[in-house]
Amino acid sequence: MSVSSGEIVTIIGPNGSGKSTTAKIALGIMKPDEGISSQQKNLRVSYVPQKLEINWTLPLTVKRFLSLTNKLDKTNLDTILGETEISHLLDSQMSELSGGEFQRTLIARAMIRSPDLLVLDEPVQGVDFNGEIALYSMIEKIRNKLNCGILLISHDLHVVMSKTDRVICLNGHICCSGTPANVASSKEFIELFGVHAASNLSLYEHKHDHEHLPDGQIKHSG
Amino acid sequence: MLDDFFVRALIGGIGVALVAGPLGCFIVWRRLAYFGDTLSHSALLGVAIALLFELNITLAVFFISIIVSFLLLFLQSKAALTSDALLGLLAHSTLAIGLVVLAFMTWVRVDLMGFLFGDILAITVEDLVLIWVGGFLALATLGFIWRSLFAATVSHDLALAEGVKTKLMNIIFMIVIAAVIAVSLKLVGVLLITALLIIPAASARRFSNSPELMAAISGFIGVLAVVLGLNGSLTWDTPAGPSIVVAALGCFVFSILPFKILRVSIFKQTTK
Repeated sequence: MSVSSGEIVTIIGPNGSGKSTTAKIALGIMKPDEGISSQQKNLRVSYVPQKLEINWTLPLTVKRFLSLTNKLDKTNLDTILGETEISHLLDSQMSELSGGEFQRTLIARAMIRSPDLLVLDEPVQGVDFNGEIALYSMIEKIRNKLNCGILLISHDLHVVMSKTDRVICLNGHICCSGTPANVASSKEFIELFGVHAASNLSLYEHKHDHEHLPDGQIKHSG
Repeated sequence: MLDDFFVRALIGGIGVALVAGPLGCFIVWRRLAYFGDTLSHSALLGVAIALLFELNITLAVFFISIIVSFLLLFLQSKAALTSDALLGLLAHSTLAIGLVVLAFMTWVRVDLMGFLFGDILAITVEDLVLIWVGGFLALATLGFIWRSLFAATVSHDLALAEGVKTKLMNIIFMIVIAAVIAVSLKLVGVLLITALLIIPAASARRFSNSPELMAAISGFIGVLAVVLGLNGSLTWDTPAGPSIVVAALGCFVFSILPFKILRVSIFKQTTK
């Protein structure tokens, strides 16, 4: 698997299927037991980890956190703060943020770096549905603006961002992959979530040619 | 002026506190209190080796601390024990080996209490030079890697993914800890060095809204504890190291008292 610039690749899969591990290997945080992983030279990477715990002993304002691994550019900062709706939180302590605010701050920080590759590990966890839609359109916007490659991880097996170019379904191995079908055409979905949501989300159809046995082994059909 | 042992102790103590404060913040943020404790316990082994081979005590302690920290990293990656068990194992076995080696050397008379709890009378002008030069180098190094080390402290994975050399930062950080332990040995003794690292940092937390401010306040509280502790030690004829630690504890207790006025004025910017 690969991620090229301007491309959005979404990895889906059940818990424990190796989504975060795959992302960590791509980022160079973990070394693969088998095979190789490589990045282009001088690639500017931004990472939104699945878990980030900031303990109380660390006095850290949102503003300081945003400049953790880079310098802040004023105009860029204002735009992104507006888009992520965290302008009012700039002087708050990170440990005081709510789950959704924290998540939006993580994403804002990743965007401020103007990355070539953006890796988002379940970026919308703890964000309400409208916020989720807004974040997805923001991710799309950043792709259009920077033409960066985006690796997005989601645990939702069916609903993915509609702008995803490629969906990879992972379950210990690459189960299946393909393009998502737009849900805008699905009447039930529009009734449930509204037109705006439908245009931002897609359904991914699974085409398996094998079965997962309870002990983790794979049985190929035919 | 430097002929007075008390003035020497004061100058040495302030030098140690200025570097121990900011360094201690990182130890608290990274939850490394026990790691610092292990390194300082192993300092006694360094003392024993220095006496055995007639080496410079500070240098021997410095290198033993570095060896122990690398040993710890190695064991963490190999052994089936958890980190806290490994730390306990290393801390007490190095301390015990140090004590046993000292006992074997019947030809050297050692003031064991001095090494365990600090001995201000033993501070010489050369020690002062060592404390200030070593302390300055340690602080300068910490300042130089500050941003990267801080990013790695907030999140190792995130910093590594975004190009921070986290492994190098960790190694430099360990060397700085070893250096500070080595230079503060005579002042507070092996059993109490960690207190000087942790208590000022813990006291500074309530008054800080940024990491840099916390580091500065921590250094200031450390200096305050040294001045109060050494004066107390002189007045009541108590051992220097424990007196400094008790004074630091006093600062900590003061910091957690519910002074509304104090806190509101400092936290004004952060309250929503």
